[in-house]
Amino acid sequence: MRRREWLSVLTRAARTRRGTVGLALVGFVVAVAVGGPFVTRVSPTDFVIAPFSGPAPGAPLGGDALGRDVLARVLAGGWLLLLMAAAATLFGVVVGSAAGISAAYLRGRPDMLIMRSVDVLLAFPSLVFALMLVSIIGPKLWLIVLAVGLSHAPQVARVMRSSTLDISERDFVKAVELQGVKPRLIMAREILPNLITPLTVETGLRLTYSIIIIAGLSFLGFGQPPPAPNWGLMINENRIGLQLNPWAVVVPAALIAVLTVGTNTFSDAVARVALGVDRHAERITPLEAYALEAPR
Amino acid sequence: MNGLSSRLVVEDLKIVLSGTSADVVDDVSFTVQAGEVLGLVGESGSGKTTVALALLAYQRRGLKLAGGKVLLDGQDLLTMSDDELRAVRGGKVSYVPQDPASALNPALTVGLQLRETLGAHRDQGQTTNSGRVAEVLAEAHLDASPEFLRRYPHQLSGGQQQRVAIAMAFACRPQLIVLDEPTTGLDVTTQRHVLDTIKTLCRSYGVAAVYVSHDLAVVGQLAQQVAVMYAGRLVEIGPTERIFGEPAHPYTRALLRCVPSQERSEVLEGIEGQAPRPGRRPQGCFFAPRCPDVLPVCRESPPPVIALHAGTQLVRCVRAAEHVEHGHGARIASAGHAGSSSDSELDVRRLNARYGARQVLFGVDVRVGPEECVAIVGESGSGKTTLARCVVGLHDNWTGNVDFCGEPLMKGVRRRTKGSLQRIQYVFQNPHTSLNPRKTVGQIVEQPLEHFSNFSPAEREQRVVAVLVDVSLSRDFLNRYPDQLSGGERQRVALARALVVEPDLLVCDEVTSALDVSVQAIIVELLRRLQRERNLAMLFITHNLALVRSVAQSVVVLSEGSVVEQGPVDEVLERPRNEYTIRLLEDIPKLAHTETNGR
Repeated sequence: MRRREWLSVLTRAARTRRGTVGLALVGFVVAVAVGGPFVTRVSPTDFVIAPFSGPAPGAPLGGDALGRDVLARVLAGGWLLLLMAAAATLFGVVVGSAAGISAAYLRGRPDMLIMRSVDVLLAFPSLVFALMLVSIIGPKLWLIVLAVGLSHAPQVARVMRSSTLDISERDFVKAVELQGVKPRLIMAREILPNLITPLTVETGLRLTYSIIIIAGLSFLGFGQPPPAPNWGLMINENRIGLQLNPWAVVVPAALIAVLTVGTNTFSDAVARVALGVDRHAERITPLEAYALEAPR
Repeated sequence: MNGLSSRLVVEDLKIVLSGTSADVVDDVSFTVQAGEVLGLVGESGSGKTTVALALLAYQRRGLKLAGGKVLLDGQDLLTMSDDELRAVRGGKVSYVPQDPASALNPALTVGLQLRETLGAHRDQGQTTNSGRVAEVLAEAHLDASPEFLRRYPHQLSGGQQQRVAIAMAFACRPQLIVLDEPTTGLDVTTQRHVLDTIKTLCRSYGVAAVYVSHDLAVVGQLAQQVAVMYAGRLVEIGPTERIFGEPAHPYTRALLRCVPSQERSEVLEGIEGQAPRPGRRPQGCFFAPRCPDVLPVCRESPPPVIALHAGTQLVRCVRAAEHVEHGHGARIASAGHAGSSSDSELDVRRLNARYGARQVLFGVDVRVGPEECVAIVGESGSGKTTLARCVVGLHDNWTGNVDFCGEPLMKGVRRRTKGSLQRIQYVFQNPHTSLNPRKTVGQIVEQPLEHFSNFSPAEREQRVVAVLVDVSLSRDFLNRYPDQLSGGERQRVALARALVVEPDLLVCDEVTSALDVSVQAIIVELLRRLQRERNLAMLFITHNLALVRSVAQSVVVLSEGSVVEQGPVDEVLERPRNEYTIRLLEDIPKLAHTETNGR
């Protein structure tokens, strides 16, 4: 427990009401997206029914713009979105933390260089930034992941920089500096372990944004190319038939909404536990409270 | 003790961890007369701050009042409503916190904060507020000029901040004032000024005061009565001269032996172990596990309270009435000079150091011989820490020569060789920030070995364990984290980390100032033993001249960045020549109890 502090923060967050609700929402959507492809028997690309026909015995959610089974496409169209969102988040957090920690620890010129680049990146809205990259190089999936990840990096860098500024002034960092240990090792071994809590919070927040941006890019046609099932793309393809078969739009939209609400709620719970905002949520015992506040 | 005329009467105060029956404080009773100061003494975690706050009918989060009375002029504060309490707090009862830097609002000017206090309790306002503000500041020996009132707390020195806090506490002419270690962060000279201020104010306005501290010597300067707390109980209470002259409880005696003195160089005896935490206290006497005079009966049932000297001294110990021999500590067989003075390990010549445009060291010369311990003494701001930081390489804006074993040391860590970095090790002031909270003791101590040596992991572990044993810790500590250790244990881990690479010079920067007096004694003894056994040269930086006798062979006195006096310890402490040194020596709180009852 003690060694894995981030794990303890996560489990404590999951035990709060906010956390439980968030986790349940995320769990539901993840189950649909990951389990879906194994459950469906109908191919998501076969034409099985008349375009935009309502729910029918063979197709519980009716047909889409081209007469494909909406349920099959919903079940098959989520996992890639999740995967890309996770990859983009990971990329953004890793790059952002590396930049933020280095800027704060090295100070001086590196700090200036890194933070001014961060300012430049921040000047672009993240969706516009991703669109720009994609329209220059083309709608490659890896590029989308990279672009979305990169659009997160500035915010992550700022958060990590301010936390590192505090930590790097502590004596235990000086004690290791005094041995002449390389800055790279000091950042990785002494500073990073003390940043786990803000890092956990930031990751949750970034995951929510990743989902929104990637689904949005798919909606705009910058995701998987058409025959493939994809929640974001489905909303765009089927919106012209909204009155004929609303399910084809509502279900993927609702899944994306539930997912983002879920990740956001859970990361909020994590943040509260980590920062100790809400002592009730944390279910702190009197002995713990005493130990926290008593002067050592 | 006549309860009728007493200003403050505390009866059977009991405070528990809320939701449990584990008591933090229990069975605490004492009385304080008007104009009298009661010193409440104990180690960290003894519950003294909890008691102090209860005198204002306040409990920290997680604590709950479970019984007892706090009578101020016959009125029970503990049964008052919140509205009544608001009227009383700051008016009749006031509080001076430990750290004035965090107690004063950094966004408001000093004048505004004082007027705020006065405005909240307007019942005595014949004079105008601004007149009162000037009066209040003058009482605390502060300058009441409009210029001063316009300043913000960060523009004041630590001593001034604390005096502002004291002025605020005395502003409304309280009947009771509670002072929670108000001088802990201050150097001896400032401490003495603050103590004098408190003493005069209490005497001239007939204020009853409770002064909380872990330092017996400080309390002796000020208090007429001393109450000693241990693990949430009062173990001994009585007139100051009795407590210091004839302490009856073994814990009090142990505490007294911890206090260093610049007059005698004697072996300091710390108190090993630590006080039991609430909920884990043994049955029987709480002090039994650490008590040198323990009897079997002590472990079985709680000790009775025994009254000595017609009830003026109360002691919670079965052996209180026995006459226990309590001689002073063994004398050190003369700290003496080690090594020859011809070749020196560390040679600092004409060192000038600056922070930006401000010069803090002016041509400082310090020489440390092999196996010699040199103490650097001075007030805060005298540049002693800067000197240490120049030597170890943390500060690189200096000119002059710093030679180590005949070779010049470069400025800054990056330019130094691995060898010279290994041979000079630094121990930080505060063990609460110098250990990485995410690493185990084993990892912390092993880290420098990993960096400086090519030993195999097995060899490294063997050395780590050996050095832990050397600093009186054991193999059991390898897998613990710093927050599971007490302050003294943490400082030992910090020492172990410095010693594991077998340095030639150890630079100790105020290593005991963040610790309790009882723990300070243990660490000082440990340092003395290690220096002898490992043939270490040592630079011992401190603001506490009394400690110097116990550790060092020679001493350098710094004032405002210049050396004002240096020489062998005996010579400097017994025949100080410089005015500044003389004043510094006078300012040290002494245990001599004859001084304290001069009323």
